Amino acid sequence: MRIGVDVGGTNTDAVLMDGRNVIASKKTPTTANVSDGIVDAITAVLTQSATPSEMIQCVMIGTTQFTNAFVERRNLVKVGVMRLSLPATRGIPPLTDWPDDIRAVVGGNMHMIRGGYQYDGRINSELDEKGILEATRDLKGKGIKAIAISGLFSPINSEMEERAEEIILNEIPDSIVTLSSRIGRIGLIERENAAIMNASLADLSLKIVSSFRKALTELGITAPFYISQNDGTLMKAEFVEKYPVLTFASGPTNSMRGAAYLSGIENALVADIGGTTTDIGMLMNGFPRESSLTVDIGGVRTNFRMPDILAIGLGGGSLVNTEGPLSVGPQSVGYRLTEEAMVFGGKTLTTSDIAVAAGYADFGDPALVKGLAPKTIDDAVARIHEIVADGIDKMKTNADPVPLILVGGGAVLINRDIAGASQVITHEHGGVANAIGASIAQVGGDIDRVVSYDVLGRDNAIAEAKSEAIDAAIAAGAEPNSIQVVDIEEIPLSYIPGGSVRLHIKVAGDLNLDNIAKVKK
Amino acid sequence: MRIELDDLKDFARGAAFLGTGGGGDPYIGRLLAQHAIKEFGHPTIIEPEELADDALVFAIAMLGAPTVLVEKAACGDDIDLAIDKLSERLGRRPDALMPIEIGGINSTIPIVASARSGIPLVNADGMGRAFPEIQMVTFNVYGYPPTPLSVVDEHLNAVVVDAKDAKTAEDLVRSVAIQMGLSVMTANYPVSGAVVKKYAVKKTLTLALEIGRAISLGRKQGEPVNSLLAYLRSTEYYKHCKVLFDGKIVDIKRETTKGFSVGHCHISPLKGDSEGVEIIFQNENLAARINGKLIAMVPDLICIVDRETAEPIPVEALRYGQRVKIIGASVPPIMRTPKAIKIFGPRAFGIEEDYTPIEDIPT
Repeated sequence: MRIGVDVGGTNTDAVLMDGRNVIASKKTPTTANVSDGIVDAITAVLTQSATPSEMIQCVMIGTTQFTNAFVERRNLVKVGVMRLSLPATRGIPPLTDWPDDIRAVVGGNMHMIRGGYQYDGRINSELDEKGILEATRDLKGKGIKAIAISGLFSPINSEMEERAEEIILNEIPDSIVTLSSRIGRIGLIERENAAIMNASLADLSLKIVSSFRKALTELGITAPFYISQNDGTLMKAEFVEKYPVLTFASGPTNSMRGAAYLSGIENALVADIGGTTTDIGMLMNGFPRESSLTVDIGGVRTNFRMPDILAIGLGGGSLVNTEGPLSVGPQSVGYRLTEEAMVFGGKTLTTSDIAVAAGYADFGDPALVKGLAPKTIDDAVARIHEIVADGIDKMKTNADPVPLILVGGGAVLINRDIAGASQVITHEHGGVANAIGASIAQVGGDIDRVVSYDVLGRDNAIAEAKSEAIDAAIAAGAEPNSIQVVDIEEIPLSYIPGGSVRLHIKVAGDLNLDNIAKVKK
Repeated sequence: MRIELDDLKDFARGAAFLGTGGGGDPYIGRLLAQHAIKEFGHPTIIEPEELADDALVFAIAMLGAPTVLVEKAACGDDIDLAIDKLSERLGRRPDALMPIEIGGINSTIPIVASARSGIPLVNADGMGRAFPEIQMVTFNVYGYPPTPLSVVDEHLNAVVVDAKDAKTAEDLVRSVAIQMGLSVMTANYPVSGAVVKKYAVKKTLTLALEIGRAISLGRKQGEPVNSLLAYLRSTEYYKHCKVLFDGKIVDIKRETTKGFSVGHCHISPLKGDSEGVEIIFQNENLAARINGKLIAMVPDLICIVDRETAEPIPVEALRYGQRVKIIGASVPPIMRTPKAIKIFGPRAFGIEEDYTPIEDIPT
């Protein structure tokens, strides 16, 4: 049996799963000391189901703590940045476009050093190892232990970044080194930003991982625990200590994966309707479609792999404005719903009131919305459905109807067919889809590089990359027979001769629970 | 005119609009300009009329693949050396620099060059928008070749190119660029002050900045597209502008041949079943067609913008479901003469139709 936990800004959810069955679930408020909320939620599911803690084989945790810390500039450390790229890229030093407040916290220690590759993997400049050593000694003298390394075209070849890490660890054995090639894609500035962002969380990641460890020990759970990442796959705790940014968008990913799991549908749109916003994403083979664009986090532009999510201003607390032409949202009463909404005795007309007045939701006191004009109710219901229909249309890749899975507490707002959706699906456990998504997370392998189809042939190039991705997944703990290709993306590169294609292959497989147990014994 | 650090976002957005879907991501260009201005101070910007007839002017540009550009950016010394090498060849330093292309990233590279070198920058360019090849420039249209020109990489390898005609120069530069790693700096079109005054597309630095400002201001007032159109209408040459279509993208097809992408983007109305529009694009948007009839075509500007924010959308970012407005606008007369149309009118891009100015097509 395994436990999935999702630590959100408002709620901490836990589910206990046996194979494909949800045995117990619990929603508790997120606590200031996050591990207390986790202990509460897990204790509740174990007690509910009378399950002894020794029965737990594995715990999967999804958390938004790192994202929030970065956005709020809390608990960040100074970062030493080494860019291996000269003579290229000198025109834009690291941190050029960072907001002043965050640059003041993490910045100020940058070294640009000779090194890097060409787009096709040829060496652009030999690595200046002496320069790395000097830079390391400079950082050592300043007591900086969080170091981000970015190298020219490192997603094509990461050897120079790895060599630099070796040199640094030899000189400062207790430093925490982030390699840009491990987290970002082509696009040096954005990849480097992601690496610096990651390094700035070095202290916090140690603290959070150790607080998770402490919470589980307190509960008598000795099973290993994993943390879920943006792409719906798992990281070992030790890896999170090094790469916390990979958890940044795990919340929406877990909701979507949970929705796929509950509905049994792997290709669909998912709308996670909360109190203020609705997150819409597209499931492809059970995984969220990735965003191909850069993503701005806390004012810093990055390009690491994130689910492609459209957030729209519709939730259970959205205001319904009847003055002038009827409008819905984006303002919301948010978490004050149970005080301000009319069905709860408040004075604000919200989408939840409309759902109750229309007779397809049942909470609060329906008598309090009896006086609403039928036209207001009809118009608002139509508008709510229209907003969702518009949102899903923006996320589709073509005009064909697609199934729509609704999760989250606000799913009650939707009662009719949605234009563009072939069917609308809800599930009794939809409220804890995120924790379920964490509990079923898989382990993955990922290859992203520029290849020449003229040289290798398309089939060979894909086969080669696929086999490397599978090896990576197995190394990460995947059960070999369960590994499937999740995504193959081919982008022809304009201007580059020789049939050059940027090839991205992602595979994932189930975590081998027995194997974990064996390793433990 | 002067470009302040705080203006660069607006300037880059205006340049993206003038890129009509192409010209490369001005984000990297903005960062390069930002760093160069911080390090070396503001470039001095002069009007074409301030140039002496016998002044020497170089166009400055970056050339390469967008994918490489987002890794390598520029080193700075490469830009300086491009100027030095062409000066050496001509036995004379330039009196001023100018952009060859105001659309996309090449709007900002000359700012970097001017800030670094202290050589003034002319408020004008050679395309008035973005085009994919080095011969598609007004100077070439009117008989002034791009050569001799210099090509320099970040290792400071340099090649000076002489060629029998502009198209040959383009082919040679491309071969050199591939060998150099597909991100190179060039100084080209060494022309006189008299030629700039006669044949450049003028005031385009101002144009890019004001377009960006109009969009920013419009966002504050809630009407970015209208604000942009109101500004264009207030200008002498771009005043024939309109929203050609308002709708959502329903289909995109693209293929890559001979190094250039050729694409078709179909946009349908948000409501109703009326006929949609087709945008034909290569590196840039080239033409808009409704019911089999062209309603706008190169060299007039055809820009796809987000219908709410007026953010210009580059061709590589077009996706199904995007809500967009298609904006068409006229261009200065110097870009519309029969000679100019021969070099960068519809037929130069394989669209076998005669050029008709946007204001002469009823919609």
